Amino acid sequence: MAKYIFQRLVYMFITLFIIATASFFLMKQLPGSPFKAEEKLSAAQLEILYEKYNLNDPLPIQYLNYLGNLFQGDLGVSFQMNNQPVTEILMSRIPVSAHLGIQAMIIGTIIGMLLGVVAALYSNSIIDYASNIISVIGISIPSFIFAGLLQYYLGVELGILPVAFWGSFAHTIMPTIALAIFPLAISARFVRTELIEVLGSDYIVTARAKGVSNATLMFKHGLRNALIPLVTVMGPMAVSLMTGTLVIEQIFAVPGIGEQFVTSIMTDDFPIIMGTTLFFAFFFILIILVIDILYGIIDPRIRIAGGKD
Amino acid sequence: MRKTNWLLLALALVLSMFLVACSGGNDDNAGGNDSGEDTSSEEGGSEEAEGGEPSGEQVLNLIEGSQIPTMDSSHATDAVAFQWLGETMEGLYRLNEEAQPEPAIAEGEPEVSEDGLEWTIKLREDAVWSNGDPVTANDFVFAWQRAIDPETGSEYGPFMMNDVLKNATAINNGEADVEELGVEATGDYELKITLEKEVPYFHSLLTFGTYLPLNEDFVTEQGDDYALTSDNLLYNGPFILEDWDPKANESWKLTKNEDYWDAENVTLETINVNVVKETSTGVNLYENGEIDRAGLSSEFVEKYAGSEDYRTMPEPVLFYLKMNQENEALANADIRKAIAMSIDKQSLVDVILANGSIPSNAAVPEDFVTHPESGEDFRELNGDLITSDKEKAKEHWEKGLEALGTDSVTLRFLGGDSEVAKEMDDYLINQLEENLEGLSLELSSVPFEERIARDEKSDYDIQNSGWGPDYLDASTWLNMWMSDSPYMTMNYNSEKYDSLMQEANNDLLTDLPARFDKMLEAEKVLIEEDTAIAPLYQRSRAYLWRPSVKGVQFNPMGADFTYKHAYIEE
Repeated sequence: MAKYIFQRLVYMFITLFIIATASFFLMKQLPGSPFKAEEKLSAAQLEILYEKYNLNDPLPIQYLNYLGNLFQGDLGVSFQMNNQPVTEILMSRIPVSAHLGIQAMIIGTIIGMLLGVVAALYSNSIIDYASNIISVIGISIPSFIFAGLLQYYLGVELGILPVAFWGSFAHTIMPTIALAIFPLAISARFVRTELIEVLGSDYIVTARAKGVSNATLMFKHGLRNALIPLVTVMGPMAVSLMTGTLVIEQIFAVPGIGEQFVTSIMTDDFPIIMGTTLFFAFFFILIILVIDILYGIIDPRIRIAGGKD
Repeated sequence: MRKTNWLLLALALVLSMFLVACSGGNDDNAGGNDSGEDTSSEEGGSEEAEGGEPSGEQVLNLIEGSQIPTMDSSHATDAVAFQWLGETMEGLYRLNEEAQPEPAIAEGEPEVSEDGLEWTIKLREDAVWSNGDPVTANDFVFAWQRAIDPETGSEYGPFMMNDVLKNATAINNGEADVEELGVEATGDYELKITLEKEVPYFHSLLTFGTYLPLNEDFVTEQGDDYALTSDNLLYNGPFILEDWDPKANESWKLTKNEDYWDAENVTLETINVNVVKETSTGVNLYENGEIDRAGLSSEFVEKYAGSEDYRTMPEPVLFYLKMNQENEALANADIRKAIAMSIDKQSLVDVILANGSIPSNAAVPEDFVTHPESGEDFRELNGDLITSDKEKAKEHWEKGLEALGTDSVTLRFLGGDSEVAKEMDDYLINQLEENLEGLSLELSSVPFEERIARDEKSDYDIQNSGWGPDYLDASTWLNMWMSDSPYMTMNYNSEKYDSLMQEANNDLLTDLPARFDKMLEAEKVLIEEDTAIAPLYQRSRAYLWRPSVKGVQFNPMGADFTYKHAYIEE
């Protein structure tokens, strides 16, 4: 297992290196420059600025400089926010987004699972249909619509939750709900489908015949087997949460990393684009690793296939 | 509280999402080039001082469309930075309600030599920095030298000072030493400024953020940390900035500066600012009473137009079609006139924009500059130079086609990619193709940066474009249409126009009324005779504004608003 994880970590760094390289050269293809007054400055004035910020060097040199700094853990300073170190920006923004993301993930999957279990137990009943409708709505309507509706009804009409901003637990409730809708819908769908199949399989019938109680049957034998496909989709779900935060943070005026990412791309703020891209890539790869490890814990068969020791 | 049809609300949200996603960052250059797209943002307009009395808590709650990117006046480039620099720092002069410079750190009006090149300015001796140091002439010398020093890497330094201050261009090019800049402290409280050539708008330039003073000892001591947070700054203006740390927060606070030399005329105690990028979020916050002003995009205007809180304020920002005369058809003046006349501009502002914007029929906006003697508005004096007229458009079109010896013309139309820009471009193309038989337009909707890149290469036939002023003088609108201007990408080359503007920019610098008349004449040549551009509209912003907030001043350049004299009347 340790060797397996080590191997995966090595791959992870290779992947990150490739992503860093690709995004560096892609980013340099963006039209325009990080200078806001670009259209107003003369060519000579722009030349002086390019020289000053080392943007005149040949691309390979810029790339090597960038990698050199990266290996020393230095992401540089922002162009738009004069002199602010990118590492510090990331460090203060990530916890906010992570807070929302984790809350939404936990609430979304737990409620989704419960909904799925209930729907599977009472399949083709009115409860099942209701759960189905919730899932379809959750999958098909984008989270920012929910966000807008929540904000208007809970924030303005009823006035029970703060409309926007960041600070207390109350501020996290609406963004969390808006973000949780998608994982909730997905997990409800997967758990239901899988559970119906598992509950119909031979070993469940056997267990039932042996007199295993309903609760044990459901959680020990049924749900555990039904979780595999859910774990598989958790990776994409986590990623969709990341992109979801880009929009949700904007609607609720939350100072997170997603909002910063969008702004940096709009303004050609190269150091921040690179910093956030690398962070998102790292996060995604990490999630995949965690899921692969989780597979092993949930399903011993995969553990054997994955690592020989 | 209003009952809203939730479907409409949802739709509005979807639309505003696209808007925000596509337009961020384009709209916020203080004197910057405008994006050619009308974007919703959190700025509104002004309120005249209304002779009321302050009452209740003197706290103003605002939202801003983006973070303050920097509070370092040498590096500031955008409207948000200049807004809050303007409230917390003070230069030699500040703009008053009539948009005229009035003494601030300067003790009175400048003494100007006869040739207009040497300015001597006395400083008031009671102005202090927030650490207690006096504000001296050296603070200005240090700040200006820093802004022009190529080592600093400032954008607005060279933009604002080259060809204005003596030796600025040479210093920025690395050909002269910063000490040779045309500014000198002839005493602790006396500043001598030498200009490269006479600059008729230099007085108003001194109100601009790039010309703010800096405390040399403090800035040097802070080094790279200078202006990273509100604790790494010194203030000498009406307010002090607190809790500003753009790395971590999207909010900040201003409190009254008790040590400000004119503190007795500042009524507001606190201004709270939060960054809100979503128009609908701003509206919801306003409905909840949490903020005192919210910008409106057109989908909200319908709902609020007519309410007591609804205001619109025209800005000095113009939008127009640039017509590239490299194209054979567009080199023909009749074709250009036909294009300019065939668009129904009133419907454009009423239906598509719906935010109080007004049709533009010339090259200089309303309420921007006035005649130095009579005080009449530039726009009023020259009137409408080209108006919508479909019949006349058809006549010109036929005449133009005849001269070209063809019956059809195909042109490439370069537009923006935001929702509003696309909607507007569709409308314009529809109008042009419908009214001008044989005209077909091929639209490319591209992001802002790409549009600028194509503009620089003259890679377009017709372009939907906009412009905001850089200084308070009509030439900020007219110089760019001279054939040798760096912004001349549409190959308009009129000797008559060039010579009129040459005169205004050189020989007439000492005779301001004659210079003003010359520019009126030049504008007529540009629009009425040559129709080099097809004017579309002058932008307004629509917003909700708490009626209890009084005395906020609106500025045509630099900081959008001045809160120094603002107060709350409950």
